[in-house]
Amino acid sequence: MIGLKRWKKAKSDDAEAIVINGARKSTGGRTKTRVVMTMAVFFGIYATIAGRLVFYGLQNPDESRGPASRVTASRPDIVDRNGEVLATDIKTFSLFAEPRRIVDADEAVEKLSTVLTDLDVEQTYHKLKSGTGFVWLKRQLTPRQQADIMQLGLPGIGFRTEKRRFYPAGETTSHIVGLTNIDNKGISGLEKYIDDQGLADLQASGLAIASDLQPVRLSVDLRVQHIVRDEIVNAMQKYHAIAAGAVVLNAKTGEVVAMASVPDFDPNNPYNAQDKDRLNRMSAGVYEMGSTIKSFTTAMALDSGKVNMNSTFDARRPITIGRQTIRDFHGKGRVLTLPEVFIYSSNIGSAREADVVGIDGHREFLKRIGLLDRMKTELPEVARPTEPRVWKKVHSITIAFGHGMSTTPLQTAVGAAALMNGGKLFEPTFLPRSQADADAHSSQILNPQTSMDMRYLYNLNATAPGGSGKRATVPGYRVGGKTGTAEKVVNGRYASDVRFNAFLAAFPMDDPQYVVLSIIDEPKPEKPGLPATAGMNAAPIVSNIIRRAAPMLGVQPDFSQETEAKLASYQ
Amino acid sequence: MAATSRLDTSPVAVWWRTVDRWFLAAFLSLMGLGIVLSFAASPAVAERIGLDSFHFATRQIIFTLPALGVMLLVSFLKPRQIRRLALFMLIAMLICMVAVLFLGVEVKGARRWLSFAGVSIQPSEFLKPAFVVMCAWLFAEHKRQPDIPGNFFAVGLLIVVVTLLVAQPDMGQTILVLGTWGIMFFMAGLPWFWIALLGGLGVGGGFVAYEMFDHVRGRIDRFLTGEGDTFQVDMGRDALINGGWFGVGPGEGTVKRVIPDSHADFVFAVAGEEFGLFLCFVIMVLFAFIVLRGLSIALKEHDDFTRYAVGGLVVVFGLQSVINMCVNLQLMPAKGMTLPFISYGGSSLIAIAISMGMVLSLTRKKPEKRRQMGLGASVPPHSVPAE
Repeated sequence: MIGLKRWKKAKSDDAEAIVINGARKSTGGRTKTRVVMTMAVFFGIYATIAGRLVFYGLQNPDESRGPASRVTASRPDIVDRNGEVLATDIKTFSLFAEPRRIVDADEAVEKLSTVLTDLDVEQTYHKLKSGTGFVWLKRQLTPRQQADIMQLGLPGIGFRTEKRRFYPAGETTSHIVGLTNIDNKGISGLEKYIDDQGLADLQASGLAIASDLQPVRLSVDLRVQHIVRDEIVNAMQKYHAIAAGAVVLNAKTGEVVAMASVPDFDPNNPYNAQDKDRLNRMSAGVYEMGSTIKSFTTAMALDSGKVNMNSTFDARRPITIGRQTIRDFHGKGRVLTLPEVFIYSSNIGSAREADVVGIDGHREFLKRIGLLDRMKTELPEVARPTEPRVWKKVHSITIAFGHGMSTTPLQTAVGAAALMNGGKLFEPTFLPRSQADADAHSSQILNPQTSMDMRYLYNLNATAPGGSGKRATVPGYRVGGKTGTAEKVVNGRYASDVRFNAFLAAFPMDDPQYVVLSIIDEPKPEKPGLPATAGMNAAPIVSNIIRRAAPMLGVQPDFSQETEAKLASYQ
Repeated sequence: MAATSRLDTSPVAVWWRTVDRWFLAAFLSLMGLGIVLSFAASPAVAERIGLDSFHFATRQIIFTLPALGVMLLVSFLKPRQIRRLALFMLIAMLICMVAVLFLGVEVKGARRWLSFAGVSIQPSEFLKPAFVVMCAWLFAEHKRQPDIPGNFFAVGLLIVVVTLLVAQPDMGQTILVLGTWGIMFFMAGLPWFWIALLGGLGVGGGFVAYEMFDHVRGRIDRFLTGEGDTFQVDMGRDALINGGWFGVGPGEGTVKRVIPDSHADFVFAVAGEEFGLFLCFVIMVLFAFIVLRGLSIALKEHDDFTRYAVGGLVVVFGLQSVINMCVNLQLMPAKGMTLPFISYGGSSLIAIAISMGMVLSLTRKKPEKRRQMGLGASVPPHSVPAE
């Protein structure tokens, strides 16, 4: 406005001036026009610049700056039944480059390799030369590495904050908790289960916000889990086995309190997690469980009502069927009562027990107790049991003492829980389950009386002279169980010196609360000359676990029974 | 502002009464921005070439002090003294420019710098204001007394200066000098016939340069097609867009690390990235204000010399700013051109300070003009208070 007024004023000056000094002002007038034209041109140019600035202001900043949110999806913490953290998200820094902004790729690679000594120099160089907008150079660096790289002052590189899974318990819970991949997606164990329960969808829709996610609570007790793993690691070493495993299962609810299988892996550095021998043998491995299966054979015979605890079975002669001859390992060469068949682990006797119910009845019973079907539980790594395609007499006979059918150790333990808890079968779970919930989702598959008889037999096997489970006893905790020493198939034949041993136990026997199963694969004698049977290696594992864990599991020790037994013997 | 008594006739008091404070404020703002932005842009460059991080920033401050002094000092001079200063500078700088061809330091294939007693100066920077003032004087003399061949001398002077600049070679300064001279001549009332002829020559010269010089052709082709190595200008654009209206924050910019001349030719983009387009706007408005105010003063001026000199000085200033900003904004083919007061450069800063000191000096309110006009009642238009 002011300028305009002045312009008018100047014009009026002009008019006046012309009168006084015509000749000079006439060219002055032309000059003024020219100056005005120059001003107009400059004004136009500056206006263009202003327009360009506004245009830039309305542009969106370059969005090609790589995946920002996708990789930072949060996961809920995983905690044990007491709230101990088993898996949590921590912040890490991932290095990316924008090759278009890299000034000197040689310098960048050279400097980066001083911090990241394992950087693939050639590959990184090609990445930086690629001219694309965004490349990852190295994911999940430590804060120290990040600081060192920042100190390099390289242009064209940057960091994204990413979430990375950290497992405070390390190897101890590796198989249960599982793993996530580099994008924080669950790929095994309960991590995968969590994703399958809808977390993945939540993450995809961007709703997985760290603070909103409730921790996932497991039924696992980290203290017991530690004991279990510690014991099987020791056992594997002590008996020079290729693998070992154990599970502690709540017999009344089906909750897995602890489960471990070694060799395992460090979930914080899982470079070998995919190795074949590091699988979770307890649920993803199938084995001929050997004599532990006789528990089921015996229970089947009792449950059929055709035999009772006083029934006898002729174990005098081996059974020959086809080309196979069935012998007893601890052969007594006489007629055995049902409890004797059990505690002497008579193959012949067990075959006779199976014979009582017949082939179809045998298969039906194993199916009913869940040993022939793929177990349903949260853990994704579950193997499908194998059985003969067509059951024949010979199959029924061998399966009666645990050969010819392979099943997973975990479902063997679950079946045993049904034998112990009054006949209720439920799916094992790694999540907390109340008694009411367990009752609601269980099915009654046995007569309660069968269960009572089985408790008696388990107890007997650990207490009676000659019982194979004596080494599993723990003072005060009334452990009962059944050994299983299975010969492994080597080159298509059963090899008498390559074994898969197991001990299937429960405690306290007057009202079993927990089922404990240990397995040990290809154990060698602890000392030369000693046998490498389940009673010598698998049973002590169970004993050690129970001795250390039972106080934590809230099982009241009761020494009175042993004392009474002693007193009784004096009477 | 502290008003001084009219009775106070000390030089400072008179100066304060008569100096154009709007200009003064604008120049000081730009100088201040120059220092602030040198902290933004130059550490990255200094580190890249292995100097102390604040090498350039410190030097910018060190140069700003004498620049400020020189500007104020020159603004105290009278128009006659300005002419003498210009003549002296012109002669001295012409000698220097001849000398630079033989003694100059060769940088990137051009000899532009003269170094003595540990100080390097770029004579062409100092030549510009001297050249503008002398041309203004020549045009004014020709107009006052058409028998004096002022225009002829002006053409001669132009040819000498352009020859020396091309010999360096320094295309940027050549274009600047040619453009300024043309605009001054245009303002001085050059007949349209000559305008058409010179315009035609300019266009023809442009074509010749396009055909003859590969790097000229390359730059124009790249600008027109957007293909080839447009790294610097692309980075400049990305920086401005990335910064958005309010910038990514001081020190947060990334482009300055990538563009080689971020403290000189691309300081505008760096300012945009770190402080936002808003600051770019402020800078642009300051330049536009100086140019348009200078031209509007020239418009109302009654003394031809002052008119041409002020007009020419703000035009060279304006052209430089416009070219720099347009390159940063991808409105023009890439051409290295400093942004007056803002870009790093000692010679440039002091030379610009001299130019603007001359502008301040020439735009001071001059009571003698009223006498010259013979209209005692009339006051110079630009001193009329705005109602």
